[in-house]
Amino acid sequence: MNGVNEVNGVKGKVRTGAMDNDRIDRIIDKYQGKPSSVIQLLMEIQHENHWLAREVLVKVSKRLEVPLSEVLHIVTFYKTFSLIPKGRHEIHVCTGTSCHARGGQRVLDRVQDLIGIKPGETSSDLKFSLEAGNCCSLGPEIVIDGKHHGRIEPDKVEDVLKDYH
Amino acid sequence: MPRINSATELQALRKGLLSKRDPNKPCVAVCAGTGCLGPGSDNVISAFEREVEKHALKGKVDMRATGCHGFCETGPNVVIYPEEICYTRVRVEDVPEIVSQTVIGKKVIDRLVYTDPHTGEKSVHQSEIPFYKKQMRHLIGNNSKIDPKSLDDYLALGGYSALSRALFEMSPEQVLEEIKKANLRGRGGGGFPAGLKWETARNAPGEKKYVIVNGHEGEPGAFMDRALFTGNPHSVLEGLIIGAYAIGAHEGFIYTRHDSAQLRNNIAIALAQAEQYGLLGENILGSGFNFNVEVHLDVGIFVSGESSALMRSIEGKAPEPRPKYIRTSVSGIWERPSNLNNVETWANVPQIISKGYAWYTRIGTEGSKGTKLISLSGNIVNTGVVEVPMGTTLREIVYDIGGGIPNGKKLKAVHFGGPMGGSIPASLLDTPLDFDALAKLGAPIGAGGMFVMDEDTNMVEVARFFLNFLTNESCGKCVPCREGIRQMLKILTQISEGKGREGDIELLEELCEVAGAASLCALGKTASGPVLSTLGYFREEYEANIREKKRPA
Amino acid sequence: MSDILLQIDGKEVEAREGMTILQAAQSAGIIIPTLCHHEKLDSYGVCRICTVEVETRGRTNLVAACLYPVEKNLVVRTRSEMVDKVRKMILELLLAHAPEAPALQDLAREYGAQRARFEKEPSFCILCGLCVRYCAEVKKKNAIAFVDQGAKREINFIPEIASQECWSCKECFPLCPTSYLQAAYFLIEGLAFPPPSASEE
Repeated sequence: MNGVNEVNGVKGKVRTGAMDNDRIDRIIDKYQGKPSSVIQLLMEIQHENHWLAREVLVKVSKRLEVPLSEVLHIVTFYKTFSLIPKGRHEIHVCTGTSCHARGGQRVLDRVQDLIGIKPGETSSDLKFSLEAGNCCSLGPEIVIDGKHHGRIEPDKVEDVLKDYH
Repeated sequence: MPRINSATELQALRKGLLSKRDPNKPCVAVCAGTGCLGPGSDNVISAFEREVEKHALKGKVDMRATGCHGFCETGPNVVIYPEEICYTRVRVEDVPEIVSQTVIGKKVIDRLVYTDPHTGEKSVHQSEIPFYKKQMRHLIGNNSKIDPKSLDDYLALGGYSALSRALFEMSPEQVLEEIKKANLRGRGGGGFPAGLKWETARNAPGEKKYVIVNGHEGEPGAFMDRALFTGNPHSVLEGLIIGAYAIGAHEGFIYTRHDSAQLRNNIAIALAQAEQYGLLGENILGSGFNFNVEVHLDVGIFVSGESSALMRSIEGKAPEPRPKYIRTSVSGIWERPSNLNNVETWANVPQIISKGYAWYTRIGTEGSKGTKLISLSGNIVNTGVVEVPMGTTLREIVYDIGGGIPNGKKLKAVHFGGPMGGSIPASLLDTPLDFDALAKLGAPIGAGGMFVMDEDTNMVEVARFFLNFLTNESCGKCVPCREGIRQMLKILTQISEGKGREGDIELLEELCEVAGAASLCALGKTASGPVLSTLGYFREEYEANIREKKRPA
Repeated sequence: MSDILLQIDGKEVEAREGMTILQAAQSAGIIIPTLCHHEKLDSYGVCRICTVEVETRGRTNLVAACLYPVEKNLVVRTRSEMVDKVRKMILELLLAHAPEAPALQDLAREYGAQRARFEKEPSFCILCGLCVRYCAEVKKKNAIAFVDQGAKREINFIPEIASQECWSCKECFPLCPTSYLQAAYFLIEGLAFPPPSASEE
């Protein structure tokens, strides 16, 4: 099953669709004239919109007077920023040292099997995006839309995911 | 709330708060730290609120969602004051009984009380539980007593009295002297004397100076800064303001993680409240000292916790480190003197100012003073956030506090410092927790993440895990790190897959040497730590694999 | 600007405050190899091949000559066992990317670096950044960006800008030690430049 999303072919239920330019503009207005706030601005748009389209990057570059090369450098510097539309629900599986020691990899494998995507990818129905990385202390743990599901076992994963639509 | 405009007004306010608080009033403190949220402590909190409503107890019983209590293994944790009865692994179904039996009926529910897995002994009160008993919880202890969103709670415990003392009874130089004499060393990984750093910043030329809280905590396996900052943000803020006063900085930055909404909210609330009360902003407490703080979020990458990378990020650039030939305390953010310290380091400041350096230096060893927060995790019975005086042996931490190794396994090694640290074998367990003693063994404390490994652990895999982490987190600018670590990882992966070759270990050692010597920043320089320490203490595992062409244990 | 006296390879060198070891060495005719350095650009300090040994306040350290500021009584050694080891390894790591690059081959001969010590890597960019920095600092067009990080770091032409600026400029082309830059340009021109009829704002 091809779990990688395709932007151009998907219509209708795509959350991104035509971006709310006014909303984005209003966020940019807050930071106008403050080029050193470019990271905070991009993070705010990312949090609200869940991804950053090329046009948005160009707009930010122009309005904050930061070279587009610098903006691209920042947004590709780490996976916090997404340049492709993300799913409605963001799943984060902890793969930190203690979760790893407690079987975090098996939980991640289970999630991957169930949804059909790898970390960094979004399911083709745009339901789930998956990330792997450090979370906290009590592993194994998955965080969905900010809600922590700690001490989770691979066979419980399916039940947890069923609640998300 | 009217602004506090003097030291006396602060004292009066505190007195007023205390007079309105009945120490015998029942209070249910539920841990809402991430470790307890995972198993559902938020539902437990809602259940308590419902029960309190049901029994018409609102106003007669206090409910408090607190920061991390520290005992993550047994969460959700609930402490009922004033008796300090501690219940562990509390579920929503247990709540009605707790309210009717314990809160109202003053009776202890046996099955919810902590039971020692080795001895079967029950401990009713939090301070009796072995996990807590052996600790010295000067910093984290207040977490279970306050609501992080309430400045009044912090004030009631004596908060901001240190700031008041500093501003009204001490000169900036005197504050600096106190910190120097206390020998407070950085708790973020460097272990550098904070007083000297402050002094360099203070004496550096330039009108504008900055102080920074490094709340990034990127070290995998370290989660105590989050626990402290989320649970008691004012303890850090108070330290920061005192430091700013000593250094002569009027602007500060809090650099924190973007991925914890709870942490971001608690910091924002703390800053807003502090400003409202006149403890932050213009003319603090009427002293004439101005200080403002800006919050910056990280982009999610480990390297942005490195101080020069962090400063680039605050300037709005990608967080890439710069070589430290010119100290950041002299030329940091926008080339101005910038003093950066870790969350825990700042949190140590108020108590040093309140109780004096003599009190502080009585705790700890010759070279390492005070207490240290440790994130205990891995193959250990009691995972959680622990606070012990420096000098405590690793054995005490693993067995007396940590409860030993689960499943009857034997201890193999303990790892400090995450990907930039090292592992030490069980034979060296009587080493005291001390910056220099551990560094000498090749396992520097780092931020304080202590990862415990049992006999089934594959040490080559441990080194590989950390190198893999670093290849994803390196900024990629310089050759020794970007290329060197990548090649080290290839070799380790080969070895751990049973495909190691003759000469691999020697090549690995050479790569470690070059990366250590020539990398641009500490990430590249210390990346070889886990490899070198495991090669040093567990070389047979590497060699056995290469010889026998099979995966190690 | 006061004169600072330091010692490089046993020779007394006079330098001005604010100079780097590399500049001081160059002024005295002492050669230190570089890959990411260019006189028109700010020192970047990433190839690390200019690593030298310095002795100051009783301690010996390895530092990048292109960045380290000169100090009174600094003792510098541009060659030593450790320095040569570092340079050899850096070359071997880079040769895995660009074994044909003349600059690397010349230095490899001098330091005994083996061409195939490491498995061949797919990309022949050595990320010296000369192109990115020249376009940013000298031309001020910022047509090339660094993207991604760590082992995935690479340079990318920005089609929106490059399609307007590069054809008539190309001043960065001769700077590239491996010719990766030219290849990248033609690739992006073919793949991502807007068709000539589309008007850009």
